[in-house]
Amino acid sequence: MKDISSLSARLIQLGIFAIAITAWFVIGRTGAIAPLFVPPIDAVSQATIVLVQTGAFWSSVRVTLMTIAEAYAIAVMLGILGGYAVTRSRFLTDVLEPLVSGLFAIPITLFFPLFILGFGIGAESKVAYGAAYGFFPIALNTIAGFAGVDMRFLNAARAMGFSAAGTFRHVLLPAAFPVVFTGLRIGFFICFASVLGGETISSLAGVGRSIALAAELMEPARMYAWIAAVVAVALLLNKMISLIESRMRGYGGNGN
Amino acid sequence: MSPAHQSRIAPAEQAVAISVRNVTQLYGEPGSSQAVLAVDNVSLDIARGEFFCLLGPSGCGKSTLLNIIGGLVQPTQGTVTVDDATVRGPLPRKAAFVFQESTLFPWYTIAENFGVALKYQDVARSEWRDRTNKALSSVGMTDFIDHYPNQLSVGMRQRVNLARAIATGTEILLMDEPFAALDEQSRMVLGEDLSVLLAETGKTIIFVTHSLAEAVFLSDRIALMTARPARIKQILEVNEPHPRLPSFILQPRFGELRNACYALLHDEIRLAMDERGKEQVR
Repeated sequence: MKDISSLSARLIQLGIFAIAITAWFVIGRTGAIAPLFVPPIDAVSQATIVLVQTGAFWSSVRVTLMTIAEAYAIAVMLGILGGYAVTRSRFLTDVLEPLVSGLFAIPITLFFPLFILGFGIGAESKVAYGAAYGFFPIALNTIAGFAGVDMRFLNAARAMGFSAAGTFRHVLLPAAFPVVFTGLRIGFFICFASVLGGETISSLAGVGRSIALAAELMEPARMYAWIAAVVAVALLLNKMISLIESRMRGYGGNGN
Repeated sequence: MSPAHQSRIAPAEQAVAISVRNVTQLYGEPGSSQAVLAVDNVSLDIARGEFFCLLGPSGCGKSTLLNIIGGLVQPTQGTVTVDDATVRGPLPRKAAFVFQESTLFPWYTIAENFGVALKYQDVARSEWRDRTNKALSSVGMTDFIDHYPNQLSVGMRQRVNLARAIATGTEILLMDEPFAALDEQSRMVLGEDLSVLLAETGKTIIFVTHSLAEAVFLSDRIALMTARPARIKQILEVNEPHPRLPSFILQPRFGELRNACYALLHDEIRLAMDERGKEQVR
């Protein structure tokens, strides 16, 4: 029963994908939409093949991936350490949690010019911007994860004489893990999007910069080729994360 | 029915294992309108190997008293001594808790759950599996050693919680309405298991419940508690050797004791209900 429904879900997903590709193909052939906005699919695939053979492509990809990696590393470190530190005191949690979630509601994009002003138009400003954006979901989920550990487990650990380190390792960490992991995942995609977005607005190099440049030079096929590359990377990363997640399934959580 | 079991019924002749002296627990600032007196000047002596029951209306403070005895809560006033040592914190080597809700860690299998518990009893790793199996077999759960808690029913989980407390090998079991989430039938059967365990191991058990039948069926002595703040209204003795058999329920004496408990508690139950009603209106 479950197999059939998941199979039909898969078929519907493939169908939607096929329809989109066909529509793109038809639009390209009939010229229903100006080729400047939606270039023909064959032109895009041609451009993609040409693009991935250039050295410029790989150096842009390297710059962007490095920027994302640095931004994410900072976001993870500050988010987890800061979030965890806050939960060590009930009072601090009550004071700071609403503050952090309130700040997260402000679009940090508004401050992007400040990041450029402070860090220049090199990769550093995108690292800082991506880190600032990625920090919030990670910190918030770390707070939620560690502050939400069921008291009955902590009481049981105390009654059984667990040491502080043992309580952390056997109770706090596994109980908080699923929630923290969700924060890490959301934080990653926000970081990814912020770095690319930042690059399209103001930067010297990187994939985002190349996409913006292709658009400015009115080379839509080339722009879509870049976008296709980003989509491929995003899909790959998403797949990797779901794999990690399914490995972790059944592990952790505050279930009964 | 051996003489050894018979003698345990008379706690006065036995060495005192747990002694509660003038324990009072006040939540909130003294004198403020929010202050709640949970336990009011309770004194008790519990003998080694005794099955002692705290029976009272819901929310009367009996769980608080149990947590104080086990060192999880520090009383506002008064002292608890276990084996002549004053309780100042949890007593992992002397007393194991079984709570109303399962406290098996859902991220660990049953074997891993027992493993961490035994680790903090300084039991050698090589003995974990053996001790776990032994304890699980006493509650008929050996087949589930490698299951996760979420794969078990509520009743099975409570058996395993009991088994973990047994595996730690402490002399005292502190049980806070451990079967309250179960249906009446499973509750009675688990009660029988517990009575067998007591007869076999001579553990000292303090058992919190609001079930009259459970209290009479299991206990050597029953402390009837008042509505909040918890005070001891009366202590009843149940002269029946362990292990208790289902036939005990059919004896007229069982009914008489149960009725006596109900008669003594009746007004307190009403008081507790009115109190809760008032709180809801507030």
